[in-house]
Amino acid sequence: MTRKTLGTRHMIGLASAISLVALAGCAESSRDSGGGGDDDTTSPSDGADPSAGASGGTFIFAGSADPVTLDPFFASDGESFRPARQIFEGLVGTEPGTADPAPLLATEWETSEDGLSNTFQLQDGVTFHDGADFNGTAACWNFDRWYNTPPGVGQTEDQAYYWISLFKGFAKGELTDSVYESCTVDSETEITVKLTEPFAGFVAALSLPAFSMQSPDAIEQYGATGQDDPSQSAYATEHPTGTGPFVFESWVKEDQIVLTRNDDYWGEPALLEQVQIVPIAEPKARADALLAGEIDGFDLVGPADIPRLEDEGYQILNRPAFNVLYLGFNQAVKPLDDILVRQAIAHAIDKDAVISASMPEGTAPALEFVPETVEGYTEDVPTYEFDPEKAKDLLAEAGAEDLELEFNYPTDVTRPYMPSPGDTFNAIRSQLEAVGITVKPSADVWDPDYLDKISGSKDHGIHLLGWTGDYNDTDNFLGVFFGRKSSEWGFDNPELFQALNDARGLPTVEEQIPVYEEINRQVMEFLPGIPLASPVPSLGFAPNVKGYVPSPVQDEPWNLVSVEE
Amino acid sequence: MLRFVVRRLALMVPVLVGLSILLFVWIRALPGEPARSMLGQRATPEAIERINNLYGFNDPVLQQYFTYVGRLIRGDFGESTRNGDPVVSTFFDQFPATIELSFAALLFAIVLGIPLGYWAGRRVGGWLDNVIVSTSLLGVVTPVFFLAILLKLVFAEYLDWFPTSRRSDARIEATHITNFYVLDGLITREWDAAWDAIVHLILPGIALGTIPLAIIVRITRAAVADVMGEDYVRTAYSKGLDPAIIRNRHVMRNALLPVVTTIGLQTGLLLSGAVLTESVFEIGGIGRYLFEAISQRDYPVLQAYILFIALIFSIVNLLVDVSYGVIDPRVRVS
Repeated sequence: MTRKTLGTRHMIGLASAISLVALAGCAESSRDSGGGGDDDTTSPSDGADPSAGASGGTFIFAGSADPVTLDPFFASDGESFRPARQIFEGLVGTEPGTADPAPLLATEWETSEDGLSNTFQLQDGVTFHDGADFNGTAACWNFDRWYNTPPGVGQTEDQAYYWISLFKGFAKGELTDSVYESCTVDSETEITVKLTEPFAGFVAALSLPAFSMQSPDAIEQYGATGQDDPSQSAYATEHPTGTGPFVFESWVKEDQIVLTRNDDYWGEPALLEQVQIVPIAEPKARADALLAGEIDGFDLVGPADIPRLEDEGYQILNRPAFNVLYLGFNQAVKPLDDILVRQAIAHAIDKDAVISASMPEGTAPALEFVPETVEGYTEDVPTYEFDPEKAKDLLAEAGAEDLELEFNYPTDVTRPYMPSPGDTFNAIRSQLEAVGITVKPSADVWDPDYLDKISGSKDHGIHLLGWTGDYNDTDNFLGVFFGRKSSEWGFDNPELFQALNDARGLPTVEEQIPVYEEINRQVMEFLPGIPLASPVPSLGFAPNVKGYVPSPVQDEPWNLVSVEE
Repeated sequence: MLRFVVRRLALMVPVLVGLSILLFVWIRALPGEPARSMLGQRATPEAIERINNLYGFNDPVLQQYFTYVGRLIRGDFGESTRNGDPVVSTFFDQFPATIELSFAALLFAIVLGIPLGYWAGRRVGGWLDNVIVSTSLLGVVTPVFFLAILLKLVFAEYLDWFPTSRRSDARIEATHITNFYVLDGLITREWDAAWDAIVHLILPGIALGTIPLAIIVRITRAAVADVMGEDYVRTAYSKGLDPAIIRNRHVMRNALLPVVTTIGLQTGLLLSGAVLTESVFEIGGIGRYLFEAISQRDYPVLQAYILFIALIFSIVNLLVDVSYGVIDPRVRVS
């Protein structure tokens, strides 16, 4: 009897614990069905036309990580640029859906014939979120702020990456040979920026969020400059102040960023009242969260999740590809220095099969090392059609019938240009083996092991790598790959290095185009690697999200986005 | 007792110093350098060199260690090389998430584990005992990440009873004061936020708590079975003492000692299990952050976080030792 009493009590305890769990579940699901809580003011009569006076609502968007900083000048990662695109604007924007420069805070611009002087007409009547005017003085203040970044952590590529890579140097410090010379306020609506050498990509480069116009008052007040680590100042974490369609409200690290509508926005005011950006690291977890109604949209959809999202009626939007995935050859390893061997490998690869095995639908095979959307792209380059017999012949001609190659590929990573490296590897491996090449697989964790091995050592053979462009500039692809001698490629081709250097120094894009077309031909002749594809990165949205325009360079301001009831 | 505590605290100092040296050397012996991780694909030899010079990664290890200790003495644990966040403040921002999760897991393990263990231990060899023992064996051998993914798949994705990830619903407005989301909701009287935080803890708590639960069940069972066989328990029953008193004062009090030790040791396991659980459920606690720090060679974060965790582990074990005295007067005397 006694024992029974004891047992029953524990039974009751257990049962109540279980019922608590079940209750919690029910409560959660009932809240889910209650829907998106605070978007009760949303009443878009027609979502297809988001400008039809709809307003209100909250848009919750998941990125893959927390931003590093909210001061975009000290950032170079997509997750830091995501909120920056909503809070800030630069002098130059992009045409929606393309990488082509378009007026933003500057209405027009003119470059002098020698390419050294650029005059910008500024948008009138724009104010920063703190109420200060945006004008010529504020614009030049920003240029001078970048140029005068104090020596130290702020002057490393880890932080001021884009300034260093494009403008080369600062007023003081280790790097002093700057492409930037000065900014002059001609009037409150006109400035002139002088450069020390021609830089054809200058205007396009200003479309990068790193060169957003930030409020001088806010930066001076909250000390963005003069600190050990300017990317973590109070300004950069709590008071980012720009001119964009959304105003910063709060940032709980590793949890959420909240932005609210800028009612005084000079352009098309946002339809949404509030946007939230939350970090969810795994692509599958982001898809799960969307399916569960916890978020309204997310970036970087894993190819494996696309079918189940589409089946459930969710929207998949593709960004025009602005990247390239390639199979690189390390010519320091014999016999990869033999052009016949490289050509043989090129003929052995069936790009279409590789794409269908490992990349999202809509991905096009790549002809060269720049994607189609970039200036200087040309279809008139040497191509190497899929022809296993020819590959075998070429290998025989090179005396490399028993070719054995180390094939490096990364694990634990998806990049926009490389959604599924393991599958890509497998597809290529079987094609190489079909022409008699023995493949020695070598897999490494992406960061830092794989990158170390490929970029920092000679210890690799053929390898998978790629690049996502930052803005519309051919040098941002070809220059990055082949601008200098590197351990990744293991070749020394002074002619190519010089040609790229000369092309970069041409004063206008028009003059650059034929030169880059020629370089593209030269590169594909030399065949340092095989450009495989430009995979399309995908975004996923709930069926009721309207007005999102994907951009190849992720320049996606959310002022025209709406969330229907 | 006070002397005991002071002595134990003093002993922690050489342990932590030793650990800091070991960590320092071990972390630097890992292949791969932080500069490349900081720069990613954009690393050029010059850029790597400049970062190495600026952060002192090129200095001899001994010199780096003394610089590090010099900063430690001033209370400066450095900044993350990945995002420049000050290590100490980041730790205290994230630690509440991990504590909340670990607490939920322990609560689940203790509240279920002790009664189940007691029940099994009272009738060793009975069918209930067999069921509990074999189920708990399953609990011990199920990897945390597997269980986490399974729970998530069934209860969050398929049945839609629970949220799939994160610590809170972004649609529910919440004020954060302590970063303990449940506590914050209670303090600010934002009941929906507190409830939301609890709901978000259930699946990860169960996933993380299952191994400790199974271990607690087994230890409690063994201890109870042991005590049940003692003469004084039989005597107590024989003289007709209230069974509740026998259970609470004679059986459980004596059986609790090994259980408390086990719970203390489990805190260490909870922290390591939290790495996996936090990753599966996208919880921004120290576990996931530490995991990222290892893969990206974030020296300052690795050094500080592992030391902090070691310190916490030592303190919890000290508390466990102190609690022996409370539970068992014999320990107090000795």
